[in-house]
Amino acid sequence: MQTKRTIFPNKGLPYLLLAPQLVITFVFFLWPAGQAVKSSFEREDPFGFRTTFVWFENYQRLFREPSYINSLWTSLVFSVAVTAISMGVSLLLAVAVNRLLRSGRIYTTLLVWPYAVAPVVAGILWWFMFNPTIGILPYVLDALGINWNHRVNANHAMILIVLAASWKQISYNFLFFVAGLQSVPQSLTEAAAIDGAGPFKRFWTIVFPLLSPTTFFLLIVNINYAMFDTFGIIDASTSGGPAGATNTLVYKVYADGFLGLNIGSSSAQSVVLMAIVIALTAIQFRYVERRVQY
Amino acid sequence: MVRTTLAAGLAALAVSLTSSVAFAQTEITWWHAMGAELGEKLEQIAQGFNDSQDTYVVTPVFKGSYPETLTAAIAAFRANEQPAIVQVFEVGTGTMMAAQGAVYPVHQLMADMGQPWEPSGFLQPVVGYYSDTEGNILSMPFNSSTPILYYNKDAFEAAGLDPEVAPATWAQVEEFSRQIVESGAANCGFTSGWISWVQLENLSAIHDQQYGTLENGFGGLGTEFTFNGPVQVKHWENLKRWADEGLFQYGGPVGGADAPPKFYSGECAMYMNSSASRAGVILNAQNFEVGFAPLPYYEDEIEEPKNSIIGGATLWVLNGHSPEVYQGAAEFFTYLSQPEVQADWHQATGYLPITNAAYELGQEQGYYAENPGSDIAIEQITRGEPTPNSKGVRFGNLTQVRDAVDAEFEALLAGQKSAQEALDAAVEAGNRILRDFEAANS
Repeated sequence: MQTKRTIFPNKGLPYLLLAPQLVITFVFFLWPAGQAVKSSFEREDPFGFRTTFVWFENYQRLFREPSYINSLWTSLVFSVAVTAISMGVSLLLAVAVNRLLRSGRIYTTLLVWPYAVAPVVAGILWWFMFNPTIGILPYVLDALGINWNHRVNANHAMILIVLAASWKQISYNFLFFVAGLQSVPQSLTEAAAIDGAGPFKRFWTIVFPLLSPTTFFLLIVNINYAMFDTFGIIDASTSGGPAGATNTLVYKVYADGFLGLNIGSSSAQSVVLMAIVIALTAIQFRYVERRVQY
Repeated sequence: MVRTTLAAGLAALAVSLTSSVAFAQTEITWWHAMGAELGEKLEQIAQGFNDSQDTYVVTPVFKGSYPETLTAAIAAFRANEQPAIVQVFEVGTGTMMAAQGAVYPVHQLMADMGQPWEPSGFLQPVVGYYSDTEGNILSMPFNSSTPILYYNKDAFEAAGLDPEVAPATWAQVEEFSRQIVESGAANCGFTSGWISWVQLENLSAIHDQQYGTLENGFGGLGTEFTFNGPVQVKHWENLKRWADEGLFQYGGPVGGADAPPKFYSGECAMYMNSSASRAGVILNAQNFEVGFAPLPYYEDEIEEPKNSIIGGATLWVLNGHSPEVYQGAAEFFTYLSQPEVQADWHQATGYLPITNAAYELGQEQGYYAENPGSDIAIEQITRGEPTPNSKGVRFGNLTQVRDAVDAEFEALLAGQKSAQEALDAAVEAGNRILRDFEAANS
């Protein structure tokens, strides 16, 4: 693709045009992130009267803490499950909708709705449906011989938040997959069909590779979503329990910092979280992107 | 909800407009954590004070849950935007007491502003709980509660039990629960809010068991937890066994959000929670009659159960305001301490009457005779001679400690740990949190 070079006669103008974006990035990202890095090296009482520089003590304590190691593991399970389920299901739905000519638009509209639901409301919704006392699903599950209780059973709690978080993200993925599918040239699939390739073969050898830019983009977005944006769902449905079974990294940052008022440790945790996401994104761009065909 | 917020906003606007234009009254902001019915009552009290004089206007602002209010106040303090008065729950007491530069101690405030201050007028457990090591009260007692037992009289009757006789001991709780479940009167015997507060902190106090060294933390920051003793282990073993047998149902961590619906819906026949749940219980228990009783105890561990301990919140005055604001805050506290105001608040909400005078006023009014069970909490918290183990608990970062206790209780229920292992692990995690707090505050 040929890029067109735009020449600005005035040297100051491009910077001026970029300024709003740069200011926003600085105020809402770089500055708070810098503050977090700073306070992760400090020990401070909640009111900020006594601040001691403690080097890496917050980090050392963190990795000695069994609940933090548990939280790392929980986050891994959670983000892999949410990413896999929400992307898998939405791809399936997108492929199904893409085959429909007239009703496709209606399904698209309906499937986008959950995205408009606030995370906390989504959490409450699922908490309600799965409530061991008043929920409808435990009642049904009981008939199947399953005694559902996410307050006590760690697996049940994990299933609950994975379902709620995936459900909420499916809409977003679905939209991108539908758009991606529509940009796959019809002529290619038709040609393959004439050559005798079945629907599965056509999907895996033509459509899926051509979707790879979308899939790659969604992979990064979904991992970030599972890592950061699921706080509201967890807070409203399980509050990190039982016994820390759904205490993901981002929830622990909140619980230790905002409820426990342990700012140093909470900052250290957010710095670690930031490092993990930067590393993951870098790895994805370095290794996975090579296999993406634009 | 939107409409009430809007109305409240308009009212606040009207108040601030009239205050600045008409009288130039001094505004005293009061951040609180009382939602729903409790919040409305609280605003009535503030309004009552505002109507009683022309110089000051107390503006109550609802800031969400207790932890949210505390966090908001601390963030505001760091940004130099702090309210004059903030309501902090008992769990935050350790944190606030350690923050000496942020707090204007209430005994000093009242003395500086020439307001009457008579700590001996407060209920003894309230004074004990909120005094520092020198015996000074640092914050204004406002809403104090203590856990009691609520039970479903109709379910008792259906199970063939006497609806007027509540279980006094844990052995009876077990026996009654079994009879209730086996007769099909309810699906479960009992549930509980606030596992950490009711089934561990209060359990320890009632049985005169130590919760932490240095007088349960009252003696200093070097305290260590000791709540993994034989009585606590025995109780948690029982709770696990009762949960397995279906006699007890767990209501969730922290406050136990699932516990009230279990009781209201008739799923569980007994329910242990704060005395301030009384209003909610009476409102929601539409289909059955409710009985009230003290918390049960183990008769083979203690002959005469000790007093239970306090929950709820106090009002802290924060530094950084003008003398006029402090004068207003002091006068507001004087207003709050009046027996009429106290008795009204206590009777409307189920919180304890803070002063002896308010309790006596309620007796004169015949309130306790008309509302049987409404004085159970007061009797339970004032019974016997308090010991260092029953005076209360005071630990820094107690919110986090309670989270650790909840987590271990869940591990116990899930069968991952025995009661001894779970409590040992909670003590270990708790001590780590205490050392963090000690390091950050010394």
